[in-house]
Amino acid sequence: MTLTPVQTFIIVCMLTIGTVTTRFLPFIIFRNSKSNNSYINYLGRVLPYSAVGFLVVYCLKDVNFRVSTYGIPETVAIICITALHYWKENALLSIGVGTGIYMVLLRVMC
Amino acid sequence: MKEKTRAFKAAFPHTIPVFTGFAFLGTAYGILMNSKGYGVGWTALFSSIVLAGSAQYVAINFLTSVFNPIYALLMTLLINARHLFYGISMLDRYKNTGRLKPYLIFGLCDETFSIVCSVKPPKDVNRNWFMFFVTLLNHSYWVFGSVLGGLLGSMISFNVEGLDFVLTALFVVTFVGQWKTQKDHKPAIIGVLCSVVCLVIFGQSNFIIPSMITILAVLTMSRKGYMDNKELAEEKVQ
Repeated sequence: MTLTPVQTFIIVCMLTIGTVTTRFLPFIIFRNSKSNNSYINYLGRVLPYSAVGFLVVYCLKDVNFRVSTYGIPETVAIICITALHYWKENALLSIGVGTGIYMVLLRVMC
Repeated sequence: MKEKTRAFKAAFPHTIPVFTGFAFLGTAYGILMNSKGYGVGWTALFSSIVLAGSAQYVAINFLTSVFNPIYALLMTLLINARHLFYGISMLDRYKNTGRLKPYLIFGLCDETFSIVCSVKPPKDVNRNWFMFFVTLLNHSYWVFGSVLGGLLGSMISFNVEGLDFVLTALFVVTFVGQWKTQKDHKPAIIGVLCSVVCLVIFGQSNFIIPSMITILAVLTMSRKGYMDNKELAEEKVQ
């Protein structure tokens, strides 16, 4: 544990507040109206796609192409995941195989 | 009572695929949490009251670095922004669910949404209880999977180096899946480009908030074009 129990508990609360907010907000805003032509509605439609793009970059933020392992395990694994997912469209298969390839490459290259 | 049993029996088969998924992702989550020194109690607490897989995975980063609750909150809001859309889609269906409503909204994760928005239960089944049991079953699978992982992780010592790539894989898969089903790739490209630009400018430890602001700004600016196109498309249909 890096954080103290109290700090960890605060992080749990932050996650809960964040999640509960995004889930309850539409029901609070549109309690009386059925208005669907709003900024929130627009964000709800486009933000999921931008957010996932951001999250992919976020996950790869620590990859360094200049020092070992030169980002090779990440690149190879992502190419495999993309190809496999285009072909089979089975999320668990793609995640399982991709993570497996990454873990093997990491051990082989170090 | 009979009404609830019928609803449960109708709901259960639809949740089996979710069980497989949550057993896998939940177990990996529990093992990871354990490897970072967070025992099964913490894992159970996170999975029970947060109930948001991607956010929980990302939060591992916040549990293993400097204490920063504001980042954790902002990341959760961004990761779960898609739930706004789920909520808007379920406004009508959840309208008359009475005392079940708070729990139904609380438990509206991706997998639950995909079932409650698309599956129509048989006529003799109470739809509110059907949706309730779908939500409850999925919720319990997630807690079960992560607790199982936490226990496994504490009993067997795994060499988990690289297991955290499961999160990257999850997002790449989501990205590819969205890319295939969505015709308009602009939001996805905006997300990637803004983040990469901010990562280069601000560096890996400071790029989160600039990225979020840039993404929101660019999306807001391109809203007008989006609306115009949509109106044009609707005109064409008519």
